[in-house]
Amino acid sequence: MGRMRTPVALLLPFLLLAGCASSSTWGWYVVNPMTPAGWTNLKFLMNGMGATILISLIAAAISIGLGLVVALPGLSHRRWLRILNRIYVEFVRSIPLLPMLFWVFYGLPLVFRAMGLNIPIDPFWGAIITLAISDSAFTAEIYRAGIQSIAKGQTEAAQTIGLNYVQTMRHVILPQAIRRILPPLANQFIYIVKMSAFASVIGMQELTRRANELVVTEYRPLEIYSFLILEYLVLVLVISAGVRWLERRMGADERG
Amino acid sequence: MIGVNKWFGDFHVLKDIELTVRAGERVVICGPSGSGKSTVVRCINRLEAHETGLIRVDGIELTDDARSVAAIRSEVGMVFQQFNLFPHLTVLENLMLGPMKARGLSRADAEARARRYLDRVRIPEQADKRPGRLSGGQQQRVAIARSLCMEPKVMLFDEPTSALDPEMISEVLDVMVELAEDGMTMVVVTHEMGFARKVADKMVFMDAGEIVETGPPETFFANPSSERCRTFLGQILHH
Repeated sequence: MGRMRTPVALLLPFLLLAGCASSSTWGWYVVNPMTPAGWTNLKFLMNGMGATILISLIAAAISIGLGLVVALPGLSHRRWLRILNRIYVEFVRSIPLLPMLFWVFYGLPLVFRAMGLNIPIDPFWGAIITLAISDSAFTAEIYRAGIQSIAKGQTEAAQTIGLNYVQTMRHVILPQAIRRILPPLANQFIYIVKMSAFASVIGMQELTRRANELVVTEYRPLEIYSFLILEYLVLVLVISAGVRWLERRMGADERG
Repeated sequence: MIGVNKWFGDFHVLKDIELTVRAGERVVICGPSGSGKSTVVRCINRLEAHETGLIRVDGIELTDDARSVAAIRSEVGMVFQQFNLFPHLTVLENLMLGPMKARGLSRADAEARARRYLDRVRIPEQADKRPGRLSGGQQQRVAIARSLCMEPKVMLFDEPTSALDPEMISEVLDVMVELAEDGMTMVVVTHEMGFARKVADKMVFMDAGEIVETGPPETFFANPSSERCRTFLGQILHH
């Protein structure tokens, strides 16, 4: 039961706000599951959950892979590889998410067409590509810091027992680095979940888009956006709990 | 090693190093800190690159070519001052990693080999623990076993007892003496002169990046020819 205390405490402000339902400011009936109309609205809002989760998961998975690919040249002893890494990180990191989303969704298909390719970009993949690339610059820096934090002696020891670069990374450095970078990586995942709300502006039917559409028909922005924030809060709390569970498992592994 | 030179920036760490180690020979390198003795050992398996001169191990010349580096590393084992065990793996896994990944042994063969060498360094009962649970002396013996699992022709030791508490030094030295008695070719950087007297065929004294004096231990300890060597031995033998 002790573990439940934090989430419940975090929900408290919303429960208090809900308590004001009788006053004229609040009209919680729009999302009241006890009434048929409220229940329909509620289902409509929560139906965006799947898309938000799916976009975030795929984007995070790509970013975690891409981040490593971007990070490794940054650790090379070859200068031109390090410069390549710097250019990518500084460039991508400096683009605000919304302009990048517009560029990918409206601009990239034109680039493809000019190249003679017919690759349409729908809102779903447009959002994923944007979130993944934008986030990869940050995950790359997290990887770099994590790998650099592993003592040089580990690489040297791996070399003296005959491991090559890939084997050294795979069996010696990354397993140790991943434990250290898990908390900042989890942070990035939470960031992706929240930034996925931008996908609403290119018409992706995710949580925020659904809320926007319902506000237009019901004209109850206070209740609907409050509920929207609650939805993100629940998502992020679930992720946090999952990450803490992972960390405990890995920590036990290290000490064992 | 013939005429090996190396610089760290403007600092000339190795000056015209000439050193021959024959098969089965035990060479002990000593000298004040910063004299370049660790660097010599680290050059032999390319943890540091030398700038001029020639390093040849078992007939293979060490060059920038990755194949020559890999070939030489597969003949040369190394034990570090700080052990450098892999903390995320068990003792057994530490020992099996090299044989499985670099030598292509099956899991069962690698495990049999790992247990054999753990027996040899006399800590078979620690096989399933993580290195962090072991004492310094035990960790260093695991590190020696990890190198032996690659069945090298030469073993390099870079101050293997300098990071240990005094009461653990002898357990590590005992293992090294046994290794020497079994005929392993060894190059050892150490200040343990008792060990040197017991096993060394050749003593090397280095100072300021140069080999100042080389000789068999009897004459080296009884009658060092250079003033610098005499002062150094005086300092570490009677403190």
